[in-house]
Amino acid sequence: MVHWSAEEKQLITSLWAKVNVAECGAEALARLLIVYPWTQRFFANFGNLSSPTAIMGNPMVRAHGKKVLTSFGEAIKNLDNIKTTYSKLSELHCEKLHVDPENFRLLGDILIIVLAAHFTKDFTPACQFAWQKLVGVVAHALAHRYH
Amino acid sequence: MVLSASDKTNVKGIFSKMGGQVENYGAEALERMFVTYPPTKTYFPHFDLSHGSAQVKAHGKKVAAALVEAVNHIDDIAGALSKLSDLHAQKLRVDPVNFKLLGHCFLVVVAIHQPAALTPEVHASLDKFLCAVGNVLTAKYR
Repeated sequence: MVHWSAEEKQLITSLWAKVNVAECGAEALARLLIVYPWTQRFFANFGNLSSPTAIMGNPMVRAHGKKVLTSFGEAIKNLDNIKTTYSKLSELHCEKLHVDPENFRLLGDILIIVLAAHFTKDFTPACQFAWQKLVGVVAHALAHRYH
Repeated sequence: MVLSASDKTNVKGIFSKMGGQVENYGAEALERMFVTYPPTKTYFPHFDLSHGSAQVKAHGKKVAAALVEAVNHIDDIAGALSKLSDLHAQKLRVDPVNFKLLGHCFLVVVAIHQPAALTPEVHASLDKFLCAVGNVLTAKYR
């Protein structure tokens, strides 16, 4: 089980309270597909992904980004129990979606950059530390049920 | 992985926006790397790594200068950083994984200080550029 200090929990939950999940999720997923174009392999049926502009404006990308980040919120609500929280999602990503867990790490790092751009100076080094730990734990939990 | 013409334009553009601040960005990226990824501190046992450390500031300046050199010779990064590449291979031997970590922290710092300039396209180009620099610095490792 992951240990979270009181400070880490505070840094995570207080920032999360200010996050616009729909916007941030859409931005993070779009940037993933733009910065690491090979990740588009999972979204062949998402329509027009032909340019950064197309990707940023793509309604399916935006909707899916919102879905992904909303799910992230579940981890934040269950910081002491992330593995269990993501057990079924992990199985889904392995058995149905066939997503290499490396992609969870890539998306996690992209999310950090989106948060940094949004919160600028408030995204202190201590804040970055707590959130990097969180995205790492989420990535690990999502990979946990792979077989 | 090859830098396209527009990648080069994007990288030159954002570095010119950073101007003289780039030295501070180097120091901030290092500090964030040490805080976020504690194992990276193992390469600096001889440094004071506390917040505001003069040694970290000075080292950040060096890192930034190398990046600027690479930008100024973006058509031949390997040539521009050849001596640094030798140094990392023969003397410093920093594990390759750490260049990704520092690159990521540098992107975070740019995001913090130039959020408007770090469009998705520029983000992609800058990420590629930082990867290219890391690749050059580890190219002679074995």
